[in-house]
Amino acid sequence: MNDVAIKKRPVLYLAEFDNADAIIHAAEQVRDAGYEKWDVHTPYPVHGMDKAMGLGDSALGWIVLVCGLTGVTAAVTMIQWMNGYDYPLVIGGKPPDAIPSMVPIMFELTVLLSAFGAVFGMFGLNELPKHHHPVFNSERFDQSSNDKFFISIEVEDKKFDTKKTKELLESAHASYIELVEEEVS
Amino acid sequence: MSADSPIAELGETPIVPAHVDAAFVSNEVSRVTEHRAPIGWWLVFGTALIALGILGLSVGYLIWNGIGSWGNNSPVAWAWDITNFVWWIGIGHAGTLISAVLFLFRQKWRTSINRFAEAMTIFAVICALLYPTIHVGRVWLLYWALPLPNQMSMWPNFKSPLLWDVFAVSTYFTVSLLFWYVGLLPDFATLRDRTKNLLRKKVYGALALGWRGSNRHWRNYERAYLILAALSTPLVLSVHSVVSFDFATSVIPGWHTTIFPPYFVAGAVFSGFAMVSTLMILCRQVFGLKDIMTMKHLELMNKIMLVTGSLVGYAYAMEFFVAWYSGNEYERYVFFVSRATGPYWWAYWTMVSCNVIAPQLFWFKRWRTSIPVMFAVSIIINIGMWFERFVIIVTSLHRDYLPSAWGMFSPTLIDIGCYIGSLGLFFTLFSLFIRWIPMIAMFEVKAALPGAQPSHHGAHDQEREGHGTLAAKEA
Repeated sequence: MNDVAIKKRPVLYLAEFDNADAIIHAAEQVRDAGYEKWDVHTPYPVHGMDKAMGLGDSALGWIVLVCGLTGVTAAVTMIQWMNGYDYPLVIGGKPPDAIPSMVPIMFELTVLLSAFGAVFGMFGLNELPKHHHPVFNSERFDQSSNDKFFISIEVEDKKFDTKKTKELLESAHASYIELVEEEVS
Repeated sequence: MSADSPIAELGETPIVPAHVDAAFVSNEVSRVTEHRAPIGWWLVFGTALIALGILGLSVGYLIWNGIGSWGNNSPVAWAWDITNFVWWIGIGHAGTLISAVLFLFRQKWRTSINRFAEAMTIFAVICALLYPTIHVGRVWLLYWALPLPNQMSMWPNFKSPLLWDVFAVSTYFTVSLLFWYVGLLPDFATLRDRTKNLLRKKVYGALALGWRGSNRHWRNYERAYLILAALSTPLVLSVHSVVSFDFATSVIPGWHTTIFPPYFVAGAVFSGFAMVSTLMILCRQVFGLKDIMTMKHLELMNKIMLVTGSLVGYAYAMEFFVAWYSGNEYERYVFFVSRATGPYWWAYWTMVSCNVIAPQLFWFKRWRTSIPVMFAVSIIINIGMWFERFVIIVTSLHRDYLPSAWGMFSPTLIDIGCYIGSLGLFFTLFSLFIRWIPMIAMFEVKAALPGAQPSHHGAHDQEREGHGTLAAKEA
C-alpha cells in the first residue's frame, strides 16, 4: 500500500472570520444564496445565529416532554402496584394506595427521565459522539474552540461550485479560505 | 448565556477587566491543566490524601465492627453521621443554585464560578452519600432500599421519607453529573484542540465526543442546557425539602415543623455559598485567576450569603415564636429550655453566632470586599452550618419524653475519623478536578464577554432584547 499515492478529494470549504459580527453577516449571505449543507462553527453560542442560518426551533423539548411523562407514569404505576396492590402496606393509618406520599417520587422520576431525555436527546439530535469529521483536517480549525469563527460549506451541497462558492465566501470578508480535503479509501 | 451588556447609565461596568478576551480566557483557564501544579496545590492535595487515608481506615474499621463504633446510641440514635450527611448535601446545593437558578435569572456573573460550584456539588453529594450508606448497618444490603423483585415478594415502603431521600439524592447526583458533563463538552474540545501531547489529545478528544462548535449543535445544546436548568431548579429545592422531611414527618418536638423545607433550603444555599467562597478564594490565590474570578464576583457572593444568612436567622427566630405561640409544652421545652439553656447550649449559641451574627459584617462594603474577612467568615459559616444540623438532630433527641430515657451524645474516634475523612475525600476529588478539568466554564465566560455577541446586527433580521442598542453604542 505504500506505493499507492494517497488519493484525496475535496469535501468542504472552510472560511475563517474574526468576530461574531463578521460571522453572522456571512452566515446570512450563505443562507440567502440558498445553500443547505453548510454549518457555522463558533467557540461559544452566538445569539441570532439560528435565524441567520435559517434554522427553526430545536425539537429537543418534545423529546423531553415524552421522557418526563414516561417518568411520572412509571412512578405512579410502580408505587400503586407495589404498595397499593401487590404488597399493601398500611403506614401511619393511611390507605395503602395513598396519593400524597407518592408525590416526591413522582417528581423525582419525572426530573430524572427528563434529564436523560435532555442530555441523550441532545446527543442524538447532534449525532454525537462522532469523533471524525472533515473539518478537523484543517490545521486552522483548532482555533474554532479558542476565538475564531468558521463557516463550512460541503461539496455535496447542490449549489456547491468551487469557484462561485469561494467568491461568495470572499465577498463575505472571510479572513482565510481553505478547500479541505479528505483521504479516499 | 444571553448577550446583555452592562447598563452604563446605571453605573454598571463589565465584570471582567477590559484586557480579557476570548483567547485570554482559553489561555488562563487551560494553563492550569497544562503546566506543572504550583506548590499550593501539592499542599492541599497531600493533606487531602492523608485525610482520605483516615477515611479508609475509619470506614474499614466501622464496616468490620459495625456501626456501634460510632457514638450514636439510644436516645441519640442519629448524630454525627446524619449531621454530616445533611451538611454535605447542603453544601452541594450552592452549585446547582449557581448553575441553574442564576442561569434562569440571566445572572451573567455566574459564568466565572458555575463550573467550579457544580464540581463542588458532585463531590459534596458523594461525601454526603457515604453516611446513610454506612448507617444502614449492613452496607452490602444497601440495594434493599431499591424496588427490586425478591424472593420474599416484598416491596419498599414508598410512604417513608427515607425512601424519598434515596430517590431524591440519587436523582440529584445523576442530574448534577449530567449537567456538569454537558457544560464541559465545549471546554474539553478546547483542551483537545490546544494540546500537542498525544495522550492528552486522545483523552480530552474522547471526552469531547467530537464536539466541533457547530451552530446546528449549539442550537440543541443551548436548549438542553436551558431544560436542564429548568429541571434542576425545582430539583434542588425538592432535594433539601425531602431531606427536611426525614425530620419533619416524625413526631419529635423540634423536628415536627412545617417551616423545615424552606428553612433547610435557605440553610443549604447559605452553607454552599460559604464553601464556594472558601474554595474560590483558595483557587484564585493559588492559580492566580484574579482577572476572571474578580472581586466583584466575591462581593456578589457575599451579598447572597448576607441574604441567606438572614433568612436562616429569621427561621431560627420563627421556630422560637411558633414554639411559644403553639402553646405546646414539648415544643416550648425543646426550644426555650433544652436548646437555648440545656447541656448543649454552647452548640446552639455557636450556631447562632456563626450563622446569624458573622454574615452581618457583609452589610459593609469594606468587609464585603476584604479577602481575609470573607475567607474567615466563609469558614465560620461552614462551622456554623455544621452546628445547625448537630443542634437540630442531637438536642431534639437527647431529651426523650421520659427523663429516665435522657442521655448525652459523645463522638468516638471513628466519628471524628469519618468526618475528617470525608473532608479528605472532598478535597482529593476537588484537587484532581482543578488540575485536570477546566475549572472555569470557558465558553460561557467568552459568550458573556463585552463584544462577544453581534452588537449592531441589522434590526430587521434579529429582534434585539432589552437594551441592545445601548450595548451597541458602548461597544
